[in-house]
Formats: sequence, structure tokens, C-alpha cells
Amino acid sequence: MAKTYQAGVKAYRDTYWTPDYVPRDSDLLACFKVTAQSGVSREEAAAAVAAESSTGTWTTVWTDLLTDLEYYKGRAYRIEDVPGDAESFYAFIAYPIDLFEEGSVVNVFTSLVGNVFGFKALRHLRLEDVRFPLAYVMTCGGPPAGMQVERDRLNKYGRPLLGCTIKPKLGLSAKNYGRAVYECLRGGLDFTKDDENVNSQPFMRWRERFQFVMEAIHQAEAETGERKGHYLNVTAPTPEDMYQRAEYARELGAPIIMHDFLTGGFCANTGLANWCRNNRMLLHIHRAMHAVIDRHPKHGIHFRVLVKGLRLSGGDHLHSGTVVGKLEGDRQATLGWIDIMRKRVVGEDRSRGLFFTQDWGAMPGLFPVASGGIHVWHMPALVAIYGDDAVFQFGGGTLGHPWGNAAGAAANRVALEACVQARNEGRELEREGGDILRAAAKHSPPLAAAMETWKEIKFEFDTVDKLDVTAKT
Amino acid sequence: MIEIQDYPSRLADPASRKFETFSYLPELSKKQIRQQVEYLVSQSWHPAIEHTEPENACHTYWYMWKLPLFGETDIDRILAEAEACHKANPGHYMRLVGYDTRAQCLGTALVIYRGPIEV
Repeated sequence: MAKTYQAGVKAYRDTYWTPDYVPRDSDLLACFKVTAQSGVSREEAAAAVAAESSTGTWTTVWTDLLTDLEYYKGRAYRIEDVPGDAESFYAFIAYPIDLFEEGSVVNVFTSLVGNVFGFKALRHLRLEDVRFPLAYVMTCGGPPAGMQVERDRLNKYGRPLLGCTIKPKLGLSAKNYGRAVYECLRGGLDFTKDDENVNSQPFMRWRERFQFVMEAIHQAEAETGERKGHYLNVTAPTPEDMYQRAEYARELGAPIIMHDFLTGGFCANTGLANWCRNNRMLLHIHRAMHAVIDRHPKHGIHFRVLVKGLRLSGGDHLHSGTVVGKLEGDRQATLGWIDIMRKRVVGEDRSRGLFFTQDWGAMPGLFPVASGGIHVWHMPALVAIYGDDAVFQFGGGTLGHPWGNAAGAAANRVALEACVQARNEGRELEREGGDILRAAAKHSPPLAAAMETWKEIKFEFDTVDKLDVTAKT
Repeated sequence: MIEIQDYPSRLADPASRKFETFSYLPELSKKQIRQQVEYLVSQSWHPAIEHTEPENACHTYWYMWKLPLFGETDIDRILAEAEACHKANPGHYMRLVGYDTRAQCLGTALVIYRGPIEV
């Protein structure tokens, strides 16, 4: 029987709660953690989220009848308890692929985390995970190079890569900044990095910085015979400025540039990633603002979803947290999202907070970057947790060495290689780490000095956002 | 606190050049090299031997010794090929690489003779 138009407000669940629906391979799937206002049923709240993030609005409109709403609507198809949490629940929603413009991470986020997050019937809403269908993945550019291509370009195999953020983060002149870069690179680091706040301030304009940094790279390469890079931050007030800086970096022969994907935005990031792919440039991604979005356990977007968005939008490195350093990061959850960065297929695994199996097809993986409050004593745990495909960034842990940056860099490089060697020999890094480092320090005075400087430092704060896998007491 | 030491790397000193996976450690002993070859084989990588004159060590491509030892898991045979390459090319840098066919990338690249080498 043909539908007729009846004006008025209908319950969302009548249209958008479809517990019998079997998701298609081509559907985009989302898992939200929903905390509804009291008096709103779970089914109605889940259906409301599905409606408001897809085709629905608060009232019936006659133009609904001009389209195949049954096809275009998002569907809440499953509800699950959150372990140990009586007030919230998980809502699983399937969206037909046609709702999203091809290759547009921007469009996906506008739909999934748009108006619905301010919806009055909900107290909190958090996007926990998303399954991008392979058909959609194939419409996105992804990492400009990917891990394997980066290793080949830089000739670095069989070990994690080493970096360092130059400090103090603000206030150095370009020439002094280049000195700090040169000292780090000649000492054995693979990369140095602009801090995210470093764009083009009055004390150090970007052209001056790029020039001195590239001179430092070339000199360190000649001295060590190794290939080096510095993440030249091209994050800028406008896309035009961003591309101008990227072009200049290319003209100077820089192998890698950097962008802040959340403050810059997915539109700028995707454009820059495309530019990098066309210009054989690597792209390092910083994540300033992520904790605003992902830290609250009941509201916002989980970091694993931001990671998926970034892998689609494009980037060759992405900060991941360290598990062991000064920044937030539950170990199991971190292992989950570094898999999302690196692997071809990531299986559903609730113990790591992965709600869906995600197939990336031929899209390259990117390097997780562990950065923040780490030093040589953390090296055994870092190698054990991350394996070879990662970048470890020791900022204070390089620059704070009592003999300066070159010795600090050498200490980290010796510690890293000693840990990789020991792991390959079958030794257990997290148990024997101390012995491995002490043995390595016998032939490396810089490492011995680093171990003396930092041995007492520990970070033992509890994480705020823990996985919902066990009942809370 | 240990007294401050100068960092001795120099443009003019060939010994300041570093290459490949373990270049910041002391030269590996025979036993340590053997352990790394065992690891390479345990990862199902294909071993291959490459060498070059010290002055060309910065190049991407070094000379390939024969062909990669596809599927070879006998550690002694791999080490014997390395020895044969070294005898035929004394004074060359030599590295043992592991082709990871799934990743389409080298799994490791390990310098096992550093030039200039005294014969």
C-alpha cells in the first residue's frame, strides 16, 4: 500500500530502530556510547541518534515521500550494555554508503558527529568506533607514502625510528634552532621535529627556519652517511599559506613536512596529503586538540575513530601516546589504535576496544609516533610494545642530556639498537631491560650519562579514560 | 656525575659514517651475527648479501652477491656465502639483508663487515 502524508511528530523508533536488520558489507557502521536523559527508552535514544545523524529531522515532512527513505535512512540495529555502567549503553548504527561523498572524511564526520551531539534527549554521546566499508576506503587517498615506502626512501630497516622535538618550543631564533637540530641529527637521530606551536612567529619566521634546518640536515647527512629529516611544520592560517610553505620545503629538498590535522582540519589535511603524494613528500601528523575531543569517557569521539579518519585523509606518521610516558593512554587501547594505523586487516577485539573488523585493503599503513616524557630507561618497554614499525620521540630525553643534544641522541640510538639486538636474540625486554641497557652503556659513555641522569623518573598516574571491559567497583 | 665529553663525530673521519641497523653498537661478534641470522630466518625473510666500496656506501644500491638465498634456512650456508663474498671483496662494506616479501620491504639490513677492513 502506498504511503500517505501525515504531518506531525512520530517516535524515532518507529522508523529508525530495526533490530532485525543485517548490516551489508557496503554499510558504514558506527558504535555510539549513549547516555540518554531519564525517561527516554534505549530504543528511542538509539533510533534518535540514527535519525539525527542520517536522514531524520524532528517532524515528518512531505518531501520524505519523494525519496526512498527505507534505503537512505540510518538504522539502529543493536543495543548492548556497557560493562559496569548501568546508565549508558552502546548503540550500533548502519548507514548506507550513499550517504557519504566519496573520499571525504569531512563529510563522514559532519554527518556522524554533527547536530546529533547537541541533541536534547541525550545527556552524553560518544562515537566509540566506526567500520568504514572497503568500498569507501578505496575512494580515499590515504597515507601519501606509507611505512614501507618511507623505509625505502630513508634507508632505515629492522628497527624503530628515532626523533626529537626541538625545545624550548617557542622563542629560539632560526639559527639557534638549526644548531639544536644539527646536534640531534649528527648524534644519531633519524628525525627532529617542529613543535606544534611553531608556525611562523615574529621571533622565527618560517622561511628562516626552513633554511637553517635544511642546512643542518645536509651537514648531518654528510657527517653520518645516513639520511635525515626534520618535520617542517606547514600548519598555517590559510590553505594558501600552507601550500606556499610546503612548496618551499620541497624546493629546499626536505624529505618530510608536518601538519596538525585537528586544528588545521580534515579538509586542509586531505588536500595537503594529496599534495605530498604528488610531490614525493612524507607527511608527519600532530594531533593537538585531540584530548578535547577524545578524553571524556562518555562524550566526544574516541581516538581510534580519529585515527581511522586520519588514515583515510592521509598522513605517514601519527602521534599515538606512549603507554609509558607522561601522557594519557591505556595499554590495551593503545595497542588497538596502533593496529588501526599499521595493519591491513584489524579484527574485532573488545579487549582492545575494537568494536568492528576493519579492512584497509591496499591502503598503506602509517607509523605510530610515541612521544612525550620518555627517556632511555623506557626504551626496552617501547620496543616490546611497539615493535619495529614506530617512531620514538625523545624531546627532553635527548635535549636534556647533561652533555648536550648529540650525546643525548647517541645515548638513545645505542639504547634502541641494543634493545632490538637483544629482542632478536630472544631476550625478554620488559624483564631484562635494565641488564641490556647497563651492558650497552659499558661501551657508550653518553648512554651511561643518560642512565645516571634519568633513572629516578617515573610516571604512575592512573588513566582517566579506561576501556569498558571490566565492571567498575 | 660523569664529566662532560666532546662528541667526536667528524666530516673528515670515515669512521663517523654509520650504516644500517646496528651501526651504533660495537662490531658484532661472530656469535652475535649468527644470532641475528637466526632471527632473520625465523621471520621467514629471504637472506641476501650486498657489498660496496666504502666510498660508495651512501648509495641506495650496493653490489648484490650472486642472488638472494631464497628459502635458505641453513645458518651455516648463509654465513659461508657471506664469508665467500668477503674473501672475494676484501675491504668492502658488506651487509646482510632480509627480504620480507609480505611487507614488500627489507625486514633488516645488517652490516657484517665494516670497511676499510684490514685483511
